[in-house]
Amino acid sequence: MALIETRSLTKRYPRVTALDAFTVDIEPGIIGLVGANGAGKSTLIKTLLGLSSPTSGTIRVLGLDPARDGEAIRGRVGYMPEHDSLPPDMVAAEFVTHMARMSGLPRTAARERASEALRHVGLYEERYRQIGGYSTGMKQRVKLAQALVHDPDLLLLDEPTNGLDPAGRDAMLALVHRIGTEFGISVMVCSHLLGEVERICDSLVAIDSGKLLRADRISAMTVQRDVLAIEVDEGTERLEAGLARAGLPVTREGRILLVPLESDQTYDVILGTVAELDLPLHRLDQRRHRVAELFSAQPQPREVENRAS
Amino acid sequence: MPADIVPTQAAPVEPSGGVIHDIGYQRYEGPRLGRGYAARSLYVHSLRAAFGLGRSAKSKIFPWLVVALVFMIATVAVAVRGQSGTALLGYLQFTDTVSMPTLLFLAVVAPELVSRDLRAHVLPLYFSRPLSRSDYALTKLGAMTTAAWLLLASPQLLMFIGGVFSRKDGMSGLLDELHDFGQGVSYAAIAAVAFSALAVLLASLSSRRAVAAAVIAGVYLVTAPVAVVLATLGGAIGKVSPVINPVTLIEGLERWLYGRNTGVDIGDYGVVYLAVAVVLLVAYVALLLARYRKVAA
Repeated sequence: MALIETRSLTKRYPRVTALDAFTVDIEPGIIGLVGANGAGKSTLIKTLLGLSSPTSGTIRVLGLDPARDGEAIRGRVGYMPEHDSLPPDMVAAEFVTHMARMSGLPRTAARERASEALRHVGLYEERYRQIGGYSTGMKQRVKLAQALVHDPDLLLLDEPTNGLDPAGRDAMLALVHRIGTEFGISVMVCSHLLGEVERICDSLVAIDSGKLLRADRISAMTVQRDVLAIEVDEGTERLEAGLARAGLPVTREGRILLVPLESDQTYDVILGTVAELDLPLHRLDQRRHRVAELFSAQPQPREVENRAS
Repeated sequence: MPADIVPTQAAPVEPSGGVIHDIGYQRYEGPRLGRGYAARSLYVHSLRAAFGLGRSAKSKIFPWLVVALVFMIATVAVAVRGQSGTALLGYLQFTDTVSMPTLLFLAVVAPELVSRDLRAHVLPLYFSRPLSRSDYALTKLGAMTTAAWLLLASPQLLMFIGGVFSRKDGMSGLLDELHDFGQGVSYAAIAAVAFSALAVLLASLSSRRAVAAAVIAGVYLVTAPVAVVLATLGGAIGKVSPVINPVTLIEGLERWLYGRNTGVDIGDYGVVYLAVAVVLLVAYVALLLARYRKVAA
């Protein structure tokens, strides 16, 4: 069963279209939802939670329809909002316990799981302190703990590394990765920083102006798009022409020629061509395309002004 | 030894590969209670918060100061009645007597229950859970109303107990006392509902507690002299004008419903007081729900 399924999901506000014929199937795992601010990430989250009903199209989350079974979905989903959302004058353990009860956990279970959740996010020692005295990193962890406390089947994390320093970002990403792998909870991480999420995600969904740019598994994205970089000491033009004649879609990047790695035969063709033209081969290596480059050919995500969120 | 009490050492099935970490994550298999349970929990949480329970010592000061004040008044009433044999302060009158401290209580507590969550942007955490926006709003209103009613009614319980002991007319006296007490606490409920609906609505419009408190107190303080001035005009306007102030509105209603001379001259317009009170209550609740449909989550 797909974790999330949308078909032509569209959400129009009076002045903007936040989601535009958005169709995607998302499998369980750690999913990165990537897009610029205002690309439609928040609208998608609200629609997933059944807090905003789509203008048209359908959506299913955990096999349920948010419009009809919003309550059931919200009971099985944990949500960590982007912005500060904690009462400063409450003790962390009490607050997370309260939120567990809001998710339907009986009193004793709520208290136990609140302690557990705070331990998992690394706040066990500090859990009886007031949230107001916490650092930004600790507050982010409390937000994560309250999303995790009722053992959801799906975690929605909106910009979880917001406001953290580099070490804090790494720690948060490692924690999210652990939740997705060791805890066995599917996680959707929303971020405008592709480089961050690609490190921890199994699959990636890219969204721009409410439209789906691409959705695939990270492994598929990188393996398929591996390229070979060839550099010769002289005769780059002749090699480029020779490779083109051999039927390879060659592109040039300064002194380097790039050829997509289709199969093992690609190596043979390149080496054959180089030998035939008798060129001094300087290097031939395989480059793993970073996911960011996959999107560079696509329309660049741009900031959309006044996007209703 | 029967087989069924032999402790089985079979390890629980580990779905994720059988590795037990010292900080292993445990899935929750227990009951998940729904929206009703969440609303009840929020109600109890909020009712406790109204009296500063589960909060810092600082937030207990004001509510309990008001509680001490109303009980002091009730104690004096009991003592006077015990000495003189006549009730100086009746049950119905009690609510009117303590209306000012009650309003201050609402002005401080309603923002504590409502504005605080707006201020800290906690609402997205509530609304991403089974509880709906309307559930949240109505639960908060319910908690505020209960807190106000407890403030008005529990001193009357003290007065009732004192009253029963000071009466010498046996069973019929007890029934009389019970009847008066019933009137007193039911009128306290009317006052609690009327005051709380307005206070919670006003508090929900501001995320700043001080501003919300000032607005709530302001509405009562500003409309009171206006109602007094209009009342001096006499005639129909003079008899209906007290409805613009929440305190005189319910005092007029009290006169019509229970026949106590509250000093508010309602003439033949008692039913107008009831109509205005009902319309306002419906409007306040509708506006409160509308407010929470719109509020950012």
